[in-house]
Amino acid sequence: MTGDSEIQRHQLVWFLRGMRGITSLPALILMASYVGFSAFALQSGLTRGEAVFMTLSIWALPAQMILIGTMVGGAPLAASFAAVTLSSIRMMPMVASIMPQMRGERTPVAILLFLSHFLAITSWVFATQRLEGVPRENRVAYFAGFGITLTLTNAAIVGVSYGVVSSFPPVIAGALFMMTPVYFVASIWASATQPVVKIAFALGIVLGPLLALWAPDFDVLYAGLGGGTVAYLIDRYRRRRLKVRAGAEA
Amino acid sequence: MVDGWWTYIAIVVAGFLATDIWRWLGVLAGNRLDDDSEALYWVRAVATALVMAVTAKLIVFPTGTLADSPLWLRLGAAGIGFAVFLCAGRRVVVGVAVPIVLLVAGLWWLGR
Repeated sequence: MTGDSEIQRHQLVWFLRGMRGITSLPALILMASYVGFSAFALQSGLTRGEAVFMTLSIWALPAQMILIGTMVGGAPLAASFAAVTLSSIRMMPMVASIMPQMRGERTPVAILLFLSHFLAITSWVFATQRLEGVPRENRVAYFAGFGITLTLTNAAIVGVSYGVVSSFPPVIAGALFMMTPVYFVASIWASATQPVVKIAFALGIVLGPLLALWAPDFDVLYAGLGGGTVAYLIDRYRRRRLKVRAGAEA
Repeated sequence: MVDGWWTYIAIVVAGFLATDIWRWLGVLAGNRLDDDSEALYWVRAVATALVMAVTAKLIVFPTGTLADSPLWLRLGAAGIGFAVFLCAGRRVVVGVAVPIVLLVAGLWWLGR
């Protein structure tokens, strides 16, 4: 057996180990959220094919909800694009923060660009928690196994549950809708390691609904840029004081 | 049929491109970003505030079935659930199960 095929066999093993993550708790909760999404898509007038295509091509639950919301409201394409792209800005730091951890020394950028599509909140939480325990040369294969499986499984779930959920009693349908936001709240707080993230978390939660009353078209932008900048400034002040205090004690 | 194709085009342009542009930029930036840079602190804060604003709006201004439920029930379920989640050592399963149970109990009690 040559060295190359040995490496490939290892990659396959780690790909399969990544696939096994489909039974982890975050993955199961996301699946329940996507059952809720399929009901939302049906109520909003999307076809089954459109709902599945949207899940595969966007793969970000908030962006999908926002796109449907603006399309149903009859907004022009540019307005839909603006609203969705604002909600997806968070993808940039999420992807950027995982890259140094995920890539090997010789991982082609094209592979990383392709795999970045499968990064959303759930796979980001999964990756930040588990990549450390995977040998560096196998991390790309491990993430690919998990990310691709998670996306394809949820697309299948949307296709199968479309039309089924609308016949659920309202209490069950309501519980499925509620699953998505409370899951985001818990998983993002649980994976927040830096104080700046917790401050921004609190400001975003408060400012989002408040600004929606005051500036319904730009609420998310204002809450994100404004709340995030204030959180950053508070945190910078906090870090400087810590530094000054450490300096004074030294 | 034209209407159908238009929806797919809208999904590709205003959904796929609008989202994946940021993922691609994230890959390019992540290949050179220093994890301790001030810029990354700020971007991380803005990103978190953005996604939490979206999340809070899903609870406060829901669409679909939940739109008929009282605001106090949704806020109470989410708030009490988060408090229990913090007390239970930040376990995600608790943070999801408690608000859902409270919401279902509330909806059932209100006879919906």
